[in-house]
Amino acid sequence: MRFDLSETQQLLKSSARQFLTAECPMAEVRRLMETEVAYDPGLWARMAEQGWTGIHFSDASEGQGMGLVEVAALMEEMGRALLPGPYLSTVLLAGTLLEAAGTAEQKQKYLVPIANGQARATLALLESSASWQQDAVRLQARREGSVYKLDGTKLFVPDASVSDFILCAARLGQELALFMTERGNTGVGVKPQPAIDSTRRLDEVNFVAAEVPPEDVIATGERARAALEYTLDVATVGLVAEMVGGMQKVLETSVDYAKTRKQFGKPIGQFQAIQNYCADMLVWTESARSAAYYAAWALTEQAPEAKSAVSVAKAYASDACREVGNRGIQIHGGMGFTWENDLHLYYRRAKASEIAFGDAAFHRERIARLVIDRAAPTR
Amino acid sequence: MDLNLTPTEQQFRDQVRDWLQNNIPADWPERRLLDEPMEERFEYLRGWQRKVYEGGWAGLHWPKQYGGRGATLMEQVIFTEEMARAGAPTMPGVLGLALVGPTLIGFGTESQKRRFLTPILSGEEIWCQGFSEPNAGSDLASLRTEGVRAGDHFVVNGQKVWTSYGWASDWCELLVRTDPEAPKHKGLTALLVDMHSPGVEVRPLRQMTGESEFNELFFNDVRVPAENVVGQVNDGWNVALGTLGHERGLLGAGLQVSYKRNFDRLVEVAYTVERNGKPAAQDPLIRQKLAQCYAEIEIMRLNQMRAISRISASGVPGPEGSIQKIFWSELNQRVQQVAMELLGPYGQLTRECDRAIDHGQWAYNYLRARGNTIEAGTSEIQRNIVGHFVLGLPKSY
Repeated sequence: MRFDLSETQQLLKSSARQFLTAECPMAEVRRLMETEVAYDPGLWARMAEQGWTGIHFSDASEGQGMGLVEVAALMEEMGRALLPGPYLSTVLLAGTLLEAAGTAEQKQKYLVPIANGQARATLALLESSASWQQDAVRLQARREGSVYKLDGTKLFVPDASVSDFILCAARLGQELALFMTERGNTGVGVKPQPAIDSTRRLDEVNFVAAEVPPEDVIATGERARAALEYTLDVATVGLVAEMVGGMQKVLETSVDYAKTRKQFGKPIGQFQAIQNYCADMLVWTESARSAAYYAAWALTEQAPEAKSAVSVAKAYASDACREVGNRGIQIHGGMGFTWENDLHLYYRRAKASEIAFGDAAFHRERIARLVIDRAAPTR
Repeated sequence: MDLNLTPTEQQFRDQVRDWLQNNIPADWPERRLLDEPMEERFEYLRGWQRKVYEGGWAGLHWPKQYGGRGATLMEQVIFTEEMARAGAPTMPGVLGLALVGPTLIGFGTESQKRRFLTPILSGEEIWCQGFSEPNAGSDLASLRTEGVRAGDHFVVNGQKVWTSYGWASDWCELLVRTDPEAPKHKGLTALLVDMHSPGVEVRPLRQMTGESEFNELFFNDVRVPAENVVGQVNDGWNVALGTLGHERGLLGAGLQVSYKRNFDRLVEVAYTVERNGKPAAQDPLIRQKLAQCYAEIEIMRLNQMRAISRISASGVPGPEGSIQKIFWSELNQRVQQVAMELLGPYGQLTRECDRAIDHGQWAYNYLRARGNTIEAGTSEIQRNIVGHFVLGLPKSY
């Protein structure tokens, strides 16, 4: 048993830190978040050169063939840097889903451009019910002649404005079905949903008799359900790792501030109230990190407890990430409440991440179904 | 990163399981629940430790020449976990095994190791830890029990408190002040004191659970041979930190498994008690709370796995042990509160009541958990340690 990063994983992580420090410093984050789409094609191309846009896809899909522990290590650094843009939506949502359920032709057409950095993509899942349950998908798909047609509205779609491909979860009769659509196609309209985290955008996507040819149906029925659940688990693990990176950054920033900011003639970090806040932040950050990497490993190994491991990680990190932000801002006092200070950017991301793919309560109920319901006495 | 046991570790675990299955006394599951006198229970458990020792399982991680097996830390952890998983009796020499032994291995002289380590393993000699005093709790280094050099002896006078197993102990790792002029951390010495020496008095201290798990110790002109100094004279603080590191680091391994057993039982109970007309296990609020317990107990396991990997690489438990201590102690209090909520009015019933669920274990657990954030260093002191030694914040005291 070894619970730590291997040398290669460590190397991946430190080179990611180096890259992001150089290519995406805080000034760049602030510049991008003021733009219309929070996305920079040049930065994306350089990330693709690093192999990041195909990190966990197979060789056949022109990916790097890495596991989810590597994905977690990379995303931890992205979270630390507060990297803006559609990485989560493109690589972890759309990419994972295509890799899991796409045919060879579909992968060639959609996944290879993603891996090469030529295309951005996303998954349109939520609707007005704002529920992460698969059964809440109501958007209607119907067969009309030789094509399918989609009608309805998707909400809270991450980074659809910069996505070339939009995967859409819909209802085909009673069944769940996953369709590939393209932004710019007739009947596919994208409208921003301004929200708390301007480094990662949300959009409304309207489908009005949007046509999908049969070869762009990714999966239906049980296959679609399994692929969607797996995809959300992978994306959730990546997101939790990203949250850990953000927590680590807020912790370090706050500890540094507590060492230098003086009141009553001494550094505020000498007061136990502040020390205790910092100690709690460390406990939460390290615990979330343990949970994130374990879930990444369990999912890669297809361990039987993988699903509950993912929900343990997201349930814990959702609360922890928010609380680390709360303490961090509190330690910074008035400075922490200013626009100039970067903490609120992490605080905003933390709230958006807490909500994404189900908050703590959602994942606790999933744990209950996986753990408590399974322990029900048999009659 | 590979969280599976290696084939060797798996084989080892299977051997442990086998041995435990064949050797846990058949009467233990029933006897466990008996309200028998403390001394009788102690002798029974001492017999169990003897059996573990004779089976070759005590002090696995210790060097072979002192009766250990020279096994890896991971194997030691596997054994501890399997003991808890099988619900095996506890080992009454736990302080010797977990704290004093490792301290002697780290700081003791060759003759101390030869003299003391094997009887610790066999349970022939029981150890206690004489650190805290009435006026030296969190500020341990301010302790006042004095050790005055007199020829080839130290003469010890003073009082210790919160001494677990004091009443059953043959020996004590005692921290005394040997240089009253030096700064408080620099005038302390760790002594190995024979508890049967003239001038040692042990008085029981009753806890809020009603048990007398620990004691007060009084030392009145107790003579301790100078060869019983551990480490250097006036370097006792370092020795004590080593002991406390073991206390915070490794005691957790079996604890997590017992939390998990406790949780699994709580889930069973949740199907037998009602809430709003249906089993509590189906109540949305209870489900949320149980799931949170499950998540945190799981994270306790994961944090420990990471710590074990780190200690295996570095060799010594570091101040990170304080993170574990904060986590397990506060977690147990939260879990026991959830248990009380789930059980409703039944939760308060004690073992004397014939309608108590699980022989009043839950009421006992609830009270016992209250001590968790105080014993082995309060949560406040652990947070100070994390703040100063892990995060590098200036000392607050």
